Amino acid sequence: MIVRISGEDQYELADADAARLNELESAVVAVVESGSEDGFADAYAAMLDFVRTQGTPVPEDELESSDHILPPADITFAEAAADFTGEGLIPD
Amino acid sequence: MAGLTGRMSTVVKAKVSKLLDRAEDPAETLDYSYQKQVEQLQNVKKGIADVVTAKKRLQMQESSLQQSVVKLDTQARQAVSGGQEDLARAALERKNVAQTELQSLDTQVAELEDQQQKLTDSEQKLRAKIEAFRTKKEVIKAQYSAAEAQVRISEAATGVGEQMADVGLAMQRAVDKTENMRARADAVQELEAAGTFDDLTALGPGEDDIDRQLKQLSSQPAVDDELAKMKSEIGAGDAASAGQISPPSQPPSEGQQT
Repeated sequence: MIVRISGEDQYELADADAARLNELESAVVAVVESGSEDGFADAYAAMLDFVRTQGTPVPEDELESSDHILPPADITFAEAAADFTGEGLIPD
Repeated sequence: MAGLTGRMSTVVKAKVSKLLDRAEDPAETLDYSYQKQVEQLQNVKKGIADVVTAKKRLQMQESSLQQSVVKLDTQARQAVSGGQEDLARAALERKNVAQTELQSLDTQVAELEDQQQKLTDSEQKLRAKIEAFRTKKEVIKAQYSAAEAQVRISEAATGVGEQMADVGLAMQRAVDKTENMRARADAVQELEAAGTFDDLTALGPGEDDIDRQLKQLSSQPAVDDELAKMKSEIGAGDAASAGQISPPSQPPSEGQQT
């Protein structure tokens, strides 16, 4: 599967990595939903580090779409809260 | 599809898809599609130029505030030497506000530099994707039947489109941050425009609007400390080097020279 870290790169990961990535993502969402910023930066960095270390960067001349797209590394807690809770979902 | 079922990836992907839908029209011809990508690249370059402009504006503001800090410090020392404590306090309040704003500007300039770097990286990646698309479309046109070419080029265009959408999100964030900074700096900019940091002789009797705002913006304990320090320094015979215009109110008790 191909995972993009927004503002960074696309990474090719083994499908078997999906379960661990899911766990890491759930941990981030749980922190955001708790409403407390404690632990957010660490949880988020852990998820991105997993993608960067387990994945291989997709060559820049490859024109593949990503299976998953993660927010940028410098996303703030406030931005994450707006995105993942309440009415933050792509208001239209 | 194997992979994440979580909300985060879904949300961000939906955002990108939304931009993608706007960016890609299946009816477009290959060449037009490429032409549009190149136009998008120009927009990214313009976005980077806007960030650089915002950064330069902040840097100019920094250098003018730095001059004000030096000037206000000198004025405060002169006022202390002349025994005008109110005037010294007013100068130090202004200096305190200017210094606080300088620190904030430093942070903002660093943040904009960071944004600029990220956008520049994104632009290079987008350029590489567009170049790959250009090559690929020629190969596809030469090798495949029209129907098959349509499918393959559509896949390639989606790959480029995702990169464009990602750069679009990055640019949007940069713009949001720049606007946010502008809003924060407004209060101090108004004071600066009113000459607050320049002309102490314009101080009228009693409290005017500017003085009230300064009191709110400045840290009174820090001003108290600095005033006390300045008084002890100047009282200890440092007056000659601090301010040469006004003579000290009392002659130095000891001939310390610095």
